Amino acid sequence: MADKIRVLLAKPGLDGHDRGIKVIAAAFRDAGFEVIYTGLRQTPEQIVTAAIQEDVDAVGVSILSGAHMILFPAILELLKKEGGEDILLFGGGIISKEDMVDLKKAGVAKLYTPGATTTEIVDWLKSAVKDKKSDEKIL
Amino acid sequence: MSLYDKFLDGSVIALSRIISHIENLRPGYQELLSRLYRRTNGIYRIGLTGPPGAGKSSLVNLLAGQLADDGRRVAVICVDPSSPFTGGAFLGDRIRMQDIPVDKGVFIRSMGSRGSTGGLAAATSNVTVALDAFGFDTLIIETVGVGQMELDIIDACDTVVVTLVPESGDAIQALKAGLMEIADVFAVNKSDRAGAEQMLYDLKSALEMRTEKSKWEVPVIATQALHKKNTEELLRLILEHKSFLETSGQLSHIRGLQLQKKVETVITRLVFRDISSNILSDGVLEKAVDKIMKGEEDPYSAGMRLYKRFKLGS
Ligand SMILES: Nc1nc2c(ncn2[C@@H]2O[C@H](COP(=O)(O)OP(=O)(O)OP(=O)(O)O)[C@@H](O)[C@H]2O)c(=O)[nH]1
Ligand SMILES: [Mg+2]
Repeated sequence: MADKIRVLLAKPGLDGHDRGIKVIAAAFRDAGFEVIYTGLRQTPEQIVTAAIQEDVDAVGVSILSGAHMILFPAILELLKKEGGEDILLFGGGIISKEDMVDLKKAGVAKLYTPGATTTEIVDWLKSAVKDKKSDEKIL
Repeated sequence: MSLYDKFLDGSVIALSRIISHIENLRPGYQELLSRLYRRTNGIYRIGLTGPPGAGKSSLVNLLAGQLADDGRRVAVICVDPSSPFTGGAFLGDRIRMQDIPVDKGVFIRSMGSRGSTGGLAAATSNVTVALDAFGFDTLIIETVGVGQMELDIIDACDTVVVTLVPESGDAIQALKAGLMEIADVFAVNKSDRAGAEQMLYDLKSALEMRTEKSKWEVPVIATQALHKKNTEELLRLILEHKSFLETSGQLSHIRGLQLQKKVETVITRLVFRDISSNILSDGVLEKAVDKIMKGEEDPYSAGMRLYKRFKLGS
């Protein structure tokens, strides 16, 4: 039996509503994933702590405040520091083409702009998780 | 370095991945658990149960913080229901646990119930073993928001807090049907709302009417997690119950009973695994159903026939 896919969804920054992220959460749950939602206004530290404790395969963040060039790299760096560099970071927001290129170079696995369908995101996540095998010895 | 070595070194991510290993029943998980068990120190387990939305997570948020402030090494497991249709789950308890100081080392893990209907996940008590072996000394377990008879919690905890709200009138009925017996402490949360006094009164009367008296008198307390009211008092009552268990010898008694069930579960799982790999494989079941549909056999004799074959084969 395949392991269950676990995803953390977070919304850092101060911009208010979480409708979009809740739509994605529902789509993930319906796709059979376990979705951990941590609520609004999360700092990168809080997000990464939760991601490590929950042993998620991926972290998805929604950033509408324009702070993506600060927040994504901060999360990536903390993930690495905690030994979770194999955790996929993806996200959505209003992000320019140039910024997207830079963020992908920095290690963000996937970026979506408004208009991406939930099916698209679900399918990508399924195959991305399948590709990332761990051969770590247990005992 | 293996994952287990890293775990012994105190790596939090190794703990976290070992928990997944246990949760997903990956090959070798029993050997892993048996090693972990030998490193346990008898972590003290507090369970919080009660109807959906009663404020369980909000209470855990405060209790965990207080315990950590007291210098305890605290872990939290929160269980939410998995969809019986897709297997997916929305695990949202962490939303209410924002006040738990990240830097105090409190470890929070969300679990989907994954087909269990008793308020916990099948793997919850095994995950407890990993947390205990890692060095946590106090664990709080939040169950799925339960209706009435989801009683897994009694096999996984030392002290059970049943959380109700002033509107839980129906819950009193449920209590009469079993939930009453499992509570070591009652918390009437959201006591800022109308009806709290009545609820407290009803609970106390119901408790007095119990025929089977224990030496522990189940306390009833009004709390307001939202306004941080009376939660320190709630913790005091919980820890009082802990001392009661320790001094009365009840603690080793209930842990003995729980271990008995645990060994039973391990055996049942192994037998079940053998059965599925031996007799439920290669279309045996489908063939039996075929025969039953044709009227050549009935489900009962088919079951007995297949079981006998399994016993002879093993
Ligand atoms: N008025 C009032 N609301 C409260 C109190 N405690 C918690 N709440 C609110 O009740 C709602 C549910 O709280 P949770 O802590 O999520 O309840 P829960 O029992 O964990 O819920 P489930 O895990 O979904 O079963 C939240 O909106 C809380 O803010 C309280 O003392 N008074
Ligand atoms: Mg909750």
